[in-house]
Amino acid sequence: MIGLNWLPNFGEEVAMILFGIGFANLLFQKNLIKKIIGFNIMDTAIFLFLAEKGYITGRVAPIVVDGVQSVEKYINPVPGGLVLTGIVVSVSVSAVMLSLTMRLYKRYGTLDLDEISAQLRKEGR
Amino acid sequence: MAFVQNVPFFSIMISMFAGIVSSVLSAKTARRLNIIATVTIGLLSVWLLVFLIQSDIGSYTYMMGHFPAPWGNEIRAGVLEALMAIVFCVIMLLSLLGGLHKLAEEVAPAKENIFYILVDLLLGSLLALIYTNDIFTAYVFVEINTLAACGLIAIRETGRTFEAAVRYMIMSLLGSGLLLMGICMLYDMTGHLLMSNMKASIDVIMQEGTYAVPMLITIGLMVVGLAIKSALFPFHAWLPDAYGYSTISSAAMLSSLVSKGYIFLLVKIFYRVIGLEYITESHVLNIIFWFAITGMIFGSVNAIWEKDIRRMVAFSSVAQIGYIYMGFGLGTEAGIIASVYHMLMHSATKSMLFISAMGLTDVSGKNRDFFALTGAGYRNKVAGAGFLVGSLSMVGIPIFAGFVSKLLFAEAAISGASWRMFPAIITLGISTILNAVYFMKTVLRIYTPITKEEELEKGFVRIQWNQQKIYTVAIILFILLNVFLGTNSKPILQMIEVGLHNFM
Repeated sequence: MIGLNWLPNFGEEVAMILFGIGFANLLFQKNLIKKIIGFNIMDTAIFLFLAEKGYITGRVAPIVVDGVQSVEKYINPVPGGLVLTGIVVSVSVSAVMLSLTMRLYKRYGTLDLDEISAQLRKEGR
Repeated sequence: MAFVQNVPFFSIMISMFAGIVSSVLSAKTARRLNIIATVTIGLLSVWLLVFLIQSDIGSYTYMMGHFPAPWGNEIRAGVLEALMAIVFCVIMLLSLLGGLHKLAEEVAPAKENIFYILVDLLLGSLLALIYTNDIFTAYVFVEINTLAACGLIAIRETGRTFEAAVRYMIMSLLGSGLLLMGICMLYDMTGHLLMSNMKASIDVIMQEGTYAVPMLITIGLMVVGLAIKSALFPFHAWLPDAYGYSTISSAAMLSSLVSKGYIFLLVKIFYRVIGLEYITESHVLNIIFWFAITGMIFGSVNAIWEKDIRRMVAFSSVAQIGYIYMGFGLGTEAGIIASVYHMLMHSATKSMLFISAMGLTDVSGKNRDFFALTGAGYRNKVAGAGFLVGSLSMVGIPIFAGFVSKLLFAEAAISGASWRMFPAIITLGISTILNAVYFMKTVLRIYTPITKEEELEKGFVRIQWNQQKIYTVAIILFILLNVFLGTNSKPILQMIEVGLHNFM
């Protein structure tokens, strides 16, 4: 399995490792800000993966300048569009998460989600 | 093309624009707009359903924008999609009406129109998830759905709901990360984003036998991602808090609609993107099957232990989501039909249970403890009737919807003829008994009379049906819907079957 494709695909490999790092951070970190950072790493890794997959070595961005209209000259523009859409989603989700974190921090004075839960249980509501 | 074929597009646009316009309206106008929009979309969907049944086209695709198939974005509508849209609209409307009189005390007055924006967005994203034929569009609307649901949890603005919203978001984001990764890998393998084109490429790929491992990983990522988002055991930790402490309308909508949207997307992925035979071959369903079986038992056992009535109903949701995934896990068409019917039944019943549970706690001094509810069925007769019907339906008593879905699951499990048959049928039996234990225990508790003196001493009130007219109407409609689903299962099942066939 590991052989000829190992080196040319290192971009995808990096993306997968970053995805794992982000996923683990989002899942296991206790600190809410670190969780959000993990989420951003995870999403960015997916965008890297998409960008890597859309790029074809030796071709240029799909903008017609010299009147060359052959498909063979350009890279695939669709992943770029997907990345942009994904970034919009990711930004809005981060904003919602950060604002929720702010509300929790103002109320409980901590960013540790488990501690917040413990305080809630103490309040008994 | 007939004019009625524009309905899916209109439905999505009406709900989205209602949400946008609501941001500058007062709470009262926003509420009216929301109700008008939901009713309009429901009626339009009925029109579409009648058209699709009468004509012989079965299903059709609808071009969004001016680019034809492999490039542009598409909507696709069939009998099953129209049916789901109708059911979602009806349940959304009834959930809203049922919780309407509580909204003023649960949500700050300045934020009330935001509540309606979120409800509109939720409906819009659900409709888009139902109708879309483009998998990346589906992902975007999955995220909109998640954000709207998060807002609906957090809008009550107590510490509990903020914590529940954060926990909900974390689990949901893990799920959508996996889903997005799966979609990207699928796009890289097939080069398409439209579901039907993907299916054609996947058929070629699978026959040639290339990309077997990436395909397995992709199926795993997408199935597990959507399972996390729809709170399949063991990913359900956020669920009891989110359903138990949010506003009552939110709890009813979240439990009955949000998770169903994701599950419906999963059915579409099974049928329209990857193909059921490859899904069954891939053994991913085995994992889902065992999770589902464990969830069916675990959710019910937790519900028995739970003393808070709303959290009890929430834990029951964990078990019911387990039922739905168990049907998928069987890997046969009968199993999936049973699951789709169970989705409808669970939406109709669970929202009614949440709303009647609220009515019962209101007459017990807002105390949600199990023992405080003694005699609550007499103090609020409407809510008592709603809870009774809901419980009977969940346990699986004939003429109510729950009976049909249990029967279908049992039939699907027996006709499956694989090793899955025994665990499925045994767990179904055990889970039904456990369901009966906690629901009947509660029904007996709310119909155990207490004396007038005790009532006065504890400060309990009595609510007659004419004091809360909208609430009464909502509960009566819920009961009728449940009986309708239970007694008219044959045409509905036919629609589901035809719809699933049209998916391919």
